[in-house]
Amino acid sequence: MTSAGLLAVFPDSPTIDVARTLDLSGYSWKGVASPETLAKLQPTEGWAGALVCCDEDPEGGWAICRALRRLERPVQRILVLITGAQVGDLEIRDNLFDDFQLSPFHPRELEARLRHMFYNELLAPSSTVVEHAGLRLNLETYQATFGGSPLDLTYMEYELLKFFVQNPGRVYSREVILSEVWGYEYFGGARTVDVHVRRLRAKLGEEHAHLIETVRSVGYRFGSSKWSG
Amino acid sequence: MLEAQRDYVLRTVEERGIRLVRLWFTDVLGNLKSFAISPAELENALNDGMSFDGSSIDGYGRVQEADVLAIPDANTFEVLPWVDSKAAEARVFCDIAQLDGSPFEGDPRQVLRRNLEAARKLGFVFYVAPDIEYFYFAPPTDGRPIPLDQGGFFDLTTTDIASSLRKETIRTLETMSIPVEYSFHEDSPSQHEIDLRHTDALAMADSVMTFRFVVKEIAAMRNVHATFMPKPLEGVQGSGMHLHLSLFKGDSNAFYDANDLYNLSDVAKSFMAGLLRHAGEITAVTNQTVNSFKRLVPGFEAPVHVSWARNNRSGLIRVPVPKRGSDLATRIELRSPDPACNPYLAYSVILAAGLRGVEEGYELPAEADANLFEMGDQALAKLGIEQLPQSLNDALKMMESSQLVAESLGEHIFEWFLRNKRAEWRHYKTHVSQFEIDTYLRSL
Repeated sequence: MTSAGLLAVFPDSPTIDVARTLDLSGYSWKGVASPETLAKLQPTEGWAGALVCCDEDPEGGWAICRALRRLERPVQRILVLITGAQVGDLEIRDNLFDDFQLSPFHPRELEARLRHMFYNELLAPSSTVVEHAGLRLNLETYQATFGGSPLDLTYMEYELLKFFVQNPGRVYSREVILSEVWGYEYFGGARTVDVHVRRLRAKLGEEHAHLIETVRSVGYRFGSSKWSG
Repeated sequence: MLEAQRDYVLRTVEERGIRLVRLWFTDVLGNLKSFAISPAELENALNDGMSFDGSSIDGYGRVQEADVLAIPDANTFEVLPWVDSKAAEARVFCDIAQLDGSPFEGDPRQVLRRNLEAARKLGFVFYVAPDIEYFYFAPPTDGRPIPLDQGGFFDLTTTDIASSLRKETIRTLETMSIPVEYSFHEDSPSQHEIDLRHTDALAMADSVMTFRFVVKEIAAMRNVHATFMPKPLEGVQGSGMHLHLSLFKGDSNAFYDANDLYNLSDVAKSFMAGLLRHAGEITAVTNQTVNSFKRLVPGFEAPVHVSWARNNRSGLIRVPVPKRGSDLATRIELRSPDPACNPYLAYSVILAAGLRGVEEGYELPAEADANLFEMGDQALAKLGIEQLPQSLNDALKMMESSQLVAESLGEHIFEWFLRNKRAEWRHYKTHVSQFEIDTYLRSL
């Protein structure tokens, strides 16, 4: 993160889906267990916003929302996570939240709501995240996602994909890729690049394998697909 | 690079909420072994290895110092795709070392590393692409193997089950860095083949270990038994693991020569000559069970004779004709190995035999393009074409006198393997088979 903006997240250990979406979108956040810890953990510049999961513990969640509004520096951007059955609860609590997300949720929807809520804050995901055609790499956490779902890669696959995503649309020879990614005169030679490209294509799946295009007798080009323009 | 790899692994464990990391390694017979550690122990393991008592592992045991170190190879770290993400698990292959850090001579992966290093000194990288065959059966109860697509066990949905199993297997393999080239239903009932795309031999041996595990695991989830037994059914084809082999020197295929009639380089020819000359000696390693030799018989597309040809599937080595101008695809196909072998040891002895041919400039014998199955013994003898060993016993005898195999495997594994396999043969020899009962009980 380039900004210091910190999100408060309730409960202190949110579900893995929530945590993953926050991380992969590049937000800095801290879990809070109760209104008391909320004040204690508050950064000096105040919370930049909050994501409050009321789906499992509505009472605790709404208590956090109230506390957030009552802080010395009241938090202006609160996203609450509720189940469909809790929509009725919203009526009398319009002052306690700014947007809501129904749970269960699609990670991309939550990501979009977070982005929208914080679009003019410094909080927008930093340059540690690179993105291309639904493929997203968080360079800080080494995590890759495709269409919001995690993409599990070995270290060298990750390094190769990072190179491609950071350099879309250009053709690179195997030799250049080898020296850029493997970083030295790697003994395996340029065949190593082919082997890893095949593995990446297999992991991206048939539909998206063409993201890495073979340019005959030259090398590879990433992201000249129909979506990338 | 090593440090970056470690960071990557540790961070991934944290980010993906991995609860268990499974350390994988292989015993001398090629069985996958594993023990699990917690994420907290992983950093230590990556830095210093995890010590464990090796004496319980087949082929590891030594009288004194039984403790060895498992050192994770961080580049093989993968999240296991079939485990629920709430209790995510990962695996990493390990090299086994002595407590002082030197390679443990009982570890097949270290043996392959040593053989690949010998190739590397000559400037070669060894690439392998296996075509792996196997069967799906009903879970074994007391008796015979029951194929899924006959015999009524799963009558209604058999084709569906087998093909959806195979599809799911391929999907899982591909998420584990094992790209699949082709897959299909083979000739025999319930027999399937999956062909993997080539990689360097060490990564491929790891892939074969993962492959066998994934195939069995996914089948077991549906209460189906997958087996790599070389010849589970009498009278139909057995399961082989044909290996497509090539050597690369830098970025060029050392097996390719544009000016040769067959597009084969001198390196390819002498490598083939090495494989042919030492074929008998390495057979006990590439075909290591009593049952392996019931596959290597005439009439079932398995090789019997030590010969080579371009488009003749009865020989030991086939030279597939690649598409025009695709020099990178020039390769040879060794047809004897079966999927029950230890891939690390099999690739080691195959490489050693081929390189011996290259180093000593062996002459490649003439191509045998006739159907060898239809030729008499005398005609074959006239052509100088020998047979592969006919039994595990024959194969062990040839291996025993082989300096090449002893050097390639190292004394520790060479001796243990011979001892273990001779015991297997002795045990088999005392067995009275159904064949004997059926043939002799009444008539004699």
